[in-house]
Amino acid sequence: MEESILPQIKKAAKKSLKARDGELASINKQMDILNGGIFADGELPYFKDKIAEIGHFPLRPKKLEILQINVGYMCNQVCEHCHVDAGPDRKEIMTRETMELCLEVIRNTGAHTLDLTGGAPEMNPNFRWFVEEAAKAGIQDFIVRSNLTIIRANKKYYDLPQFFKKHNVHVVSSMPHYTRGKTDKQRGDGVFDKSIKALQELNAVGYGMPGSDLRLDLVYNPSGAFLPGDQAAMERDFKKALDEDFGIQFHNLFAITNLPISRFLDYLVASENYEDYMYALVEAYNPSAVANVMCTNTISVSWDGWLYDCDFNQMLELKVASKVKHIKDYNEDVLNDRNIVISQHCYGCTAGAGSSCQGTVA
Amino acid sequence: MANSYYDPADLRKFGKITEWSEDIGNKFFEYYGKVFEEGALSAREKSLIALAVAHVVKCPYCIDAYTKDGLQRGITKEEMMEAVHAGAAIESGATLVHGVQMMNKYNKLSM
Repeated sequence: MEESILPQIKKAAKKSLKARDGELASINKQMDILNGGIFADGELPYFKDKIAEIGHFPLRPKKLEILQINVGYMCNQVCEHCHVDAGPDRKEIMTRETMELCLEVIRNTGAHTLDLTGGAPEMNPNFRWFVEEAAKAGIQDFIVRSNLTIIRANKKYYDLPQFFKKHNVHVVSSMPHYTRGKTDKQRGDGVFDKSIKALQELNAVGYGMPGSDLRLDLVYNPSGAFLPGDQAAMERDFKKALDEDFGIQFHNLFAITNLPISRFLDYLVASENYEDYMYALVEAYNPSAVANVMCTNTISVSWDGWLYDCDFNQMLELKVASKVKHIKDYNEDVLNDRNIVISQHCYGCTAGAGSSCQGTVA
Repeated sequence: MANSYYDPADLRKFGKITEWSEDIGNKFFEYYGKVFEEGALSAREKSLIALAVAHVVKCPYCIDAYTKDGLQRGITKEEMMEAVHAGAAIESGATLVHGVQMMNKYNKLSM
């Protein structure tokens, strides 16, 4: 048989960078790339200088609105673009003791949104207990970031749609494309079919239906070295295709830019797309997105209770620049009086219409 | 000077053409930007037209730019390839339709 002139489609990895002992599992190595090369050479401006031009350096928080808690890096999937480097081999899981500390904060916070993420948060053995307790705090918007396939991964998860409904959880799920090929390439074989089935099950209990209070939003990350297109246009395309092909309904689509860290950075470097991608991010820099970047209204808590400006900084181990660095010492007023820690990955949140865990910001 | 006529990094410098002729350069980019806005045709449809034309005029910069643009808009590879075929069909049709001229001339010259 004649060989194709095109490179073989790379299968999604089965292990995390950490388990593969990948070079970029090292945070220092990642920071060297982000601070060196085209930035150190002066080819591209440092993020700090760019935001200083519009008087936003140092970047400061506004009112805290979102408390985002990462309950562990274990996941049933090993997505190529994952900034958490999550996977089945990751053992960092939030303990019940740390969850108790989080609950204390959740009961007293001024934030209106609680956002649970991972990994696959459902894989934390204390996940259900934590959701039940957290729901009692009566926080206005309670988000769980579910990867969808977890709902179909094992019998013990089959009732998750009902469980989410019972606690009025707002489900936010990743779906990189409405076609099978692109989804499976980024997330692994079979992910598309399982995600479709999970969405249908969420719809069946009322999630995502027009007019329903059971919120179901989808997250779109580009499956490659390019930026997301217009969020509203993508939402239109996703809605049309998922409805026509599978009868699936959902509320909103959040288009999220992949930040150049962890596995996505590894991919960019290995595929020789890193420089072009950074150029694209810097060229798409939108000053009006800076004032609303998510670190200005969010605190991110790691599985072991440390506090960060965002989930990306958490993965780069860039803790908050505050006297209060751990959930055990949590004090919202002290925390809110801090300078946000930034680096060149932050260009990912200010590109185009801006990007956050809640979609565009500009 | 580079040793080849095309350098992918030159695409990033496209905007610099205004430096040597600011007024008409800016007018071109203003026109270009306007053309690709949503209109009677969607920006997505125009992106596919641009991709087809990029192939017909054999512009490697434009092919890179509109493949990426298509990916950003969620355009699938099947849609992109069909657009390229549409361009190629017109281009080959443009050659072949001249066959009628050849036939006319042949018939005219023949007894």
